[in-house]
Amino acid sequence: MKRIVYREWRIPPTQFWSTLGILAAMVGMATLAFGYMEHTGHWVSGMNNSVVWGTPHVFAVFLIIAASGALNIASISTVFHKPMYKPLGRLSGLLAAAMLMGGLLVLVMDLGRPERLIVAMTNYNFSSIFAWNIFLYTGFLIIVIAYLWTMADRQGAAFNRPVGLIAFLWRLALTTGTGSIFGFLVARQAYDAAILAPFFVVISFAYGLAVFMLVLMYAFDEDNRPIGEKIMRRLKNLLGLFVAGGLYFTLIYHLTNLYGAKNDGFELWLLTNGGMHTFMFWVGSVLIGGLLPLGIIYHPELSKERNWIMTACGLVIIGGLATMSVVIIGSQAYPIQMFPGQTILESGFFDGVNGAAAPYHPTIPELLLGLGGVAVSLIITVVGVRVLQFLPESLADDVVALDEELLREEAFAKPA
Amino acid sequence: MEKVIDMKDENDAINPQRRAFLGVAAGVTAAVTVAPGVLLHTVDAAPRAEPVTSDVRWGLLIDTAKCVDGCSACVDACHHENGLNLQTMPAEQAVKKWETQKPAWVRKVKLQDNQTGRMTTLPLMCQHCDDPPCVDVCPTGASFKRADGIVMVDRHLCIGCRYCMMACPYKARSFIHSDVHGQLTSVPRGKGCVESCNLCVQRRDFGQESTACVDACAAEGHHAIVFGDLKDPDSTICKLLNEMPSRQLREDLVLNTGVRYSGV
Ligand code: SF4
Ligand code: SF4
Repeated sequence: MKRIVYREWRIPPTQFWSTLGILAAMVGMATLAFGYMEHTGHWVSGMNNSVVWGTPHVFAVFLIIAASGALNIASISTVFHKPMYKPLGRLSGLLAAAMLMGGLLVLVMDLGRPERLIVAMTNYNFSSIFAWNIFLYTGFLIIVIAYLWTMADRQGAAFNRPVGLIAFLWRLALTTGTGSIFGFLVARQAYDAAILAPFFVVISFAYGLAVFMLVLMYAFDEDNRPIGEKIMRRLKNLLGLFVAGGLYFTLIYHLTNLYGAKNDGFELWLLTNGGMHTFMFWVGSVLIGGLLPLGIIYHPELSKERNWIMTACGLVIIGGLATMSVVIIGSQAYPIQMFPGQTILESGFFDGVNGAAAPYHPTIPELLLGLGGVAVSLIITVVGVRVLQFLPESLADDVVALDEELLREEAFAKPA
Repeated sequence: MEKVIDMKDENDAINPQRRAFLGVAAGVTAAVTVAPGVLLHTVDAAPRAEPVTSDVRWGLLIDTAKCVDGCSACVDACHHENGLNLQTMPAEQAVKKWETQKPAWVRKVKLQDNQTGRMTTLPLMCQHCDDPPCVDVCPTGASFKRADGIVMVDRHLCIGCRYCMMACPYKARSFIHSDVHGQLTSVPRGKGCVESCNLCVQRRDFGQESTACVDACAAEGHHAIVFGDLKDPDSTICKLLNEMPSRQLREDLVLNTGVRYSGV
């Protein structure tokens, strides 16, 4: 095993600056969209008094949970003693911090009164999970930065394991906290399930890893750095495991809802009759985000090709956004059951007349705002790997350390 | 009695004192500046000189048998009382979309029982929960419950996150989606904040007897809504609650609502 050398990302300056330029343009568009929505008011968005959280929240929550999932790679190496993942730790921490910033920025930009952010920082209501999340998020950023320091600095190395452990526990709390934002809403049929928190933890693993792999493979490709077969196979299998886990929890979640008579109205609506939301669930979440990537990852031929693995990662991300839209928008569109056993015939406030779902049509500014968050995360990442030593020089098979499992695999492989 | 809450720019009038002021409705006998831009004049001390106490709990009883299908007197009255009628649709907006975005503190709902086919019509507003989910979730504490049971939003603390709207089981809250043109001094409103029925809190602070919707319903001769103190055994509302069967909407959530319904 050779010593791992970290180097700045050395792509040609023109390529670097044009990448940054494109991302900056996306941020610029998002800023315009933000200014427009704040200046005129939210009536220009698709959100209304029934669907109060829309497309921006889909992106924001995706980025936030993907952030906590991305840190998972570093945790595996530090907490679970898998030296193979060690060279990936720095990028994992950087991505976590970057996506968290991007996600939070979108959340803030969508507030009705973003200029009052200072109020949110100085007035806490400690019974609100939202207020707790503010601590969880800022704490997460600080810990990730400390964690990066222990990984990069000789003096910090001694603290690597304790800080890594804290980071791991903190990220679990963070994702649970994000899931709980929804779990606490007893009024909404869709969220009335204890399974939501573990579901969020598992999908965060999947989304975070998908983003991580995509960024890693792209960055290495552009800079002609090698990624060995072993580490590729390991990451790919891990992704398959998490995606399958996400599907499993989706299944359990919907089965328990169907089984509990209280929520079967919502289930039947979502699974069969919810129009756009049903489509998002079956095609977006289950097919694109689950079955297709699994098919690629476990396909004997396709799974060997890097481009197909990147495709699988991309599908997991698109499917993840669809899942978020089902969880966030679909559940609001379904009318709140205020009068069980009765049908609403007329209402002056869209209370689900004859069971009708509330309308929501996403608008361009909302979409731009969400994409702006993605762009911010990518800018932080691109600049980070460019100016600091985040990326290992090589991940070739002879460079990365083998951990016990691989050694065992090797042992099995030999007689064959 | 004259109270002027002078806010030149409500954007910068962020201060906890104002919330405390709203919370206890503490009267002050002289003009006091509590923050730049917020000036409170009080000519007559009573009844706002007394802080809001938990000796009372304001509530409504709605007798759906008396509520008339097609009547919207309560809704119209609420709009006038709180200046919602001054709100205009943004010029470029589609009417259909605006319908889903314009605020409504109270609305009429018509129901049919799935088993018996019996029809009911009723007004629906904030239920003034004793254990309000909207207050629990609000990150800044802008959504708060007064000692007298009224649940309302402090418009200087609300950051417009809409979490309370996600949490309310009765969909009682509205987000202000556009600029507010013209508003009443007694009911400050502003783009980007959330609002809901506050049992005509301005009337409470002036010691008036009922709410706009109750008056309007009575004026129509229907008398379907009764306002009163749920803690006073001699109040009309308590006597009626003793006499006739009533219930809370979504009793299963055990929120102990301050608005009760009979006949649903
Ligand atoms: S009805 Fe809704 S807005 Fe009113 S107190 Fe209850 S939760 Fe809050
Ligand atoms: S919208 Fe305003 S009142 Fe509602 S939870 Fe957010 S800050 Fe509180």
